[in-house]
Amino acid sequence: MLSRRVFLKNGAFAFVSLGFAPSFMARTAVAASGRSKQLIAIFQRGAVDGLSVVVPHGESEYYRARPNIAIPRPNGGDAAAIDLDGFFGFNPKLQPLKPLWDRRDLAIVHACGSPDSTRSHFDAQDYMESATPGVKSTADGWLNRYLQAQHAEHQTPFRAVALTAQMPRMLQGTAPALAVSQLAQFGIRAGQSSDAVGASFEAEYATAADSVLNGTGREAFNAIRMLKTADPSKYEPANGADYPRSAFGQSLRQIAQLTKSNVGLEVAFADVGGWDTHVNQGAAQGQLATRLDDFSRSIAALVADLGDRMADTVVLTMSEFGRAVNENGNRGTDHGHGNAMMVIGGGVRGGRVYGTWPGLAVDKRYDGRDLAVTTDFRDVFGEIICRHLALRDPRQVFPGYQISEARFPGLFA
Amino acid sequence: MKHAIALIVAVVAISASAATVPNDDLAIIHVLNRSGFGARPGDLERVRSLGIQRYIDEQLRPERIADGGVTARLSGLVTIGLSSQQIADQFEIPQLEARRRRKADAQSTDAASTDGKQPPDPMQQRANSVIVELSEQKLLRAVYSERQLQEVLTDFWFNHFNVDARKGPARFMLTEYERDTIRPRVLGKFRDLLGATAKSPAMLFYLDNWMSAGGPDSSLAPATMIRPRGGRPRLLRPQPQKKNSPKGLNENYGRELMELHTLGVDGGYTQKDVTEVARAFTGWTIDRPRQGGGFIFNPRLHDAGRKVVLGHVIEAGGGESDGEQVLDILAKHPRTAAFVATKLARRFVSDTPPKALVDRAAARFLATDGDLREVTRTILTSPEFLAPDAYRAKVKTPFEFVVSALRATGAEVQDARPLVREMQQLGMPIYMCQPPTGYKDAADAWVNTGALVSRMNLAYRLAAGQLRGTAIDCTLQNANCKLQNTEEVVSRLLGGDVSDTTRATIAKATDATKMMALTLGAPEFQRR
Repeated sequence: MLSRRVFLKNGAFAFVSLGFAPSFMARTAVAASGRSKQLIAIFQRGAVDGLSVVVPHGESEYYRARPNIAIPRPNGGDAAAIDLDGFFGFNPKLQPLKPLWDRRDLAIVHACGSPDSTRSHFDAQDYMESATPGVKSTADGWLNRYLQAQHAEHQTPFRAVALTAQMPRMLQGTAPALAVSQLAQFGIRAGQSSDAVGASFEAEYATAADSVLNGTGREAFNAIRMLKTADPSKYEPANGADYPRSAFGQSLRQIAQLTKSNVGLEVAFADVGGWDTHVNQGAAQGQLATRLDDFSRSIAALVADLGDRMADTVVLTMSEFGRAVNENGNRGTDHGHGNAMMVIGGGVRGGRVYGTWPGLAVDKRYDGRDLAVTTDFRDVFGEIICRHLALRDPRQVFPGYQISEARFPGLFA
Repeated sequence: MKHAIALIVAVVAISASAATVPNDDLAIIHVLNRSGFGARPGDLERVRSLGIQRYIDEQLRPERIADGGVTARLSGLVTIGLSSQQIADQFEIPQLEARRRRKADAQSTDAASTDGKQPPDPMQQRANSVIVELSEQKLLRAVYSERQLQEVLTDFWFNHFNVDARKGPARFMLTEYERDTIRPRVLGKFRDLLGATAKSPAMLFYLDNWMSAGGPDSSLAPATMIRPRGGRPRLLRPQPQKKNSPKGLNENYGRELMELHTLGVDGGYTQKDVTEVARAFTGWTIDRPRQGGGFIFNPRLHDAGRKVVLGHVIEAGGGESDGEQVLDILAKHPRTAAFVATKLARRFVSDTPPKALVDRAAARFLATDGDLREVTRTILTSPEFLAPDAYRAKVKTPFEFVVSALRATGAEVQDARPLVREMQQLGMPIYMCQPPTGYKDAADAWVNTGALVSRMNLAYRLAAGQLRGTAIDCTLQNANCKLQNTEEVVSRLLGGDVSDTTRATIAKATDATKMMALTLGAPEFQRR
């Protein structure tokens, strides 16, 4: 029988059986302690054009501002917006997510973003990941501060995992987190000597007087052992989930795999680029549509694969800012301000577009050009960590911000 | 043993004038790890006979150190000697044209693939080769240059004035930026380095100053005669607004100039100062940025009004000199001296450098009009630099880890491209640090489980000769391997200073490859 060690906070080892059938036992071990909620954060790097993702087809101004690249009003055809509520519609490439909307598992927060005016990708990403808009000197990311603030029942190296080569800003900080782009390659690789070399390295780090490297070394070998037991190479997605072969699709597939391995994954991160559509953005077809196709099929596959675990999961999508209301001279869009976020999960009050819609008329726009921000992104983050992840006191996660339930969009009952 | 030596170091250091710097082997290894990227075979003996003091003096005068070996190794990298304009002509513009043609084709046929992946584009690969060659150059210099301190400082100051190669045309500007803007000035006057970065197309582009415009009438200004550096005068006509053309004031450079380049984040400036500095730099732009042009001052974009920066008045009508005046104010500022001294001490001494040392280095900065050679000397010859607290106090960055491993093993790098790719795997892609802060110079940024496992794997692959293009003189393939016993391995790679467990673990290894891998991947080798 395969066995797995769960390293408990008190330093004792608990042997928990884990195999293909009895995985519920391991899950019970985690669930018995109270919390098995999970957050999957997805960053669309490059500033996605929210106005062509969640299309305000009820606004004639949208069509005036975008003579060449608007998503047509819903007409039942597959080159037009898919109506959601009579005013907003999905980009047709978001069809794979429509069933989630219909099941009320998917909510949208529109006109959401940062109070900071920057239109610089790197500043805006920095602010969204640190959750301190306008302050660059913040040392850690907000997801890491969440990990610091929330007591972890189980010390598992997989509590927070980024499916990226580098640790994203959002997860940087003093709480342990793991950045790994390919689970299958995580481990000591020395051909036939892998086990022996791994054991030797482990011995060196286990007794190192160097507390920083000693602690991280222990975590690393603990993680390697747990993954080996879970065996990523044998993973079969459930419920017919069909992940695109793209990097993003494969990241989400690995998140599902980790989730189902019951290694204690609480916070997962993936990112996906290609949204900076200054030139030839396209409409129902073209650059943006191609990216959205990958994006929505990947997320739909993840949700299908996780199945009833979605009851404990929230998938959150974000992008550093939106794009200007008017299309530019190159049939693209320039950097803007407000944007749309998606919040998906069994506990989400979905099937609604949240936030006050400011309108697209020039006098309603930010700086006369961009979608105004009516929901501070920190209120979305805050509601998720309080009401989904059940953090009692979120103040240390949002330094310099008066976090208040009164401003939460109301995504959770 | 270590403690005994450290104690001697401490005792000598505290009583020390510069003439009595200790010369024991661990102190020498420490100096080689800090003023350079670690010891190569033979370095210890060389510094032992020379003395630490003289070695540091030599390193502070890199122009007097013969470096023919590295020059020969770089000779195959054709782009590293080219100007930005040459790179634009030969690599960038052909690539953009090819992309434009492909887009036009794609619009007629709609060949959008479902996974968002494009077929590999030969022109794109050719253009990417510029930044790959530059990265190879950086690795090769760090491994082989005799001017080790200059390489450390070039890395340090590039990181201080960071520009990310992934931001548009910056990728073809970095060759010139590092070679002509940064490297020649790392031991010069800070004001000179600051001014050179301020006028570099790479920085002007990266922090958006090239498109910053001010003044109520700047868009209505008449055609103006401009005279680019080293170029023919040209008539600059007002152009219709288009994408990325100047639209208004951009504070990006103004803010980072104070926060990251000079005063530091708590440097006592206000948002008003940021705006005023940004106004002063309006008109500092790039002559034809996509074609590799240089700095020009364009008066049409300039806000000619009066500015007040940190209480200093810059009178109206100063033109290009407004920016120079701002740089003068900032370069002389005590907060700048403290900020630069702190960062240098963090690099050379510890993540939390002693305040007394920072204060002395800052005072030296102010007393010498920002002479970086003298500030660096102050740190490298300080008792704090050689104090026991500083010994192995720094966790190596991935770059320092890779380079020091190659140096320690006497590796022969024939092709550095696989190493450039390894740097991405290790989480520190060369020239691709996204934020203007540069890579963090503190342990917490580099100690995480994933990165640590990657280091152990790299140690094994290097030892086993599995890194294409790189050979070390002791692999399984080499029947004449000289490193057969533990003492020799740990002595050569770590100055013999390892824990009992590490020593015992290495001793149990069944062959030279594992022996070396377990040394390079050991906790002790992750520090410098």
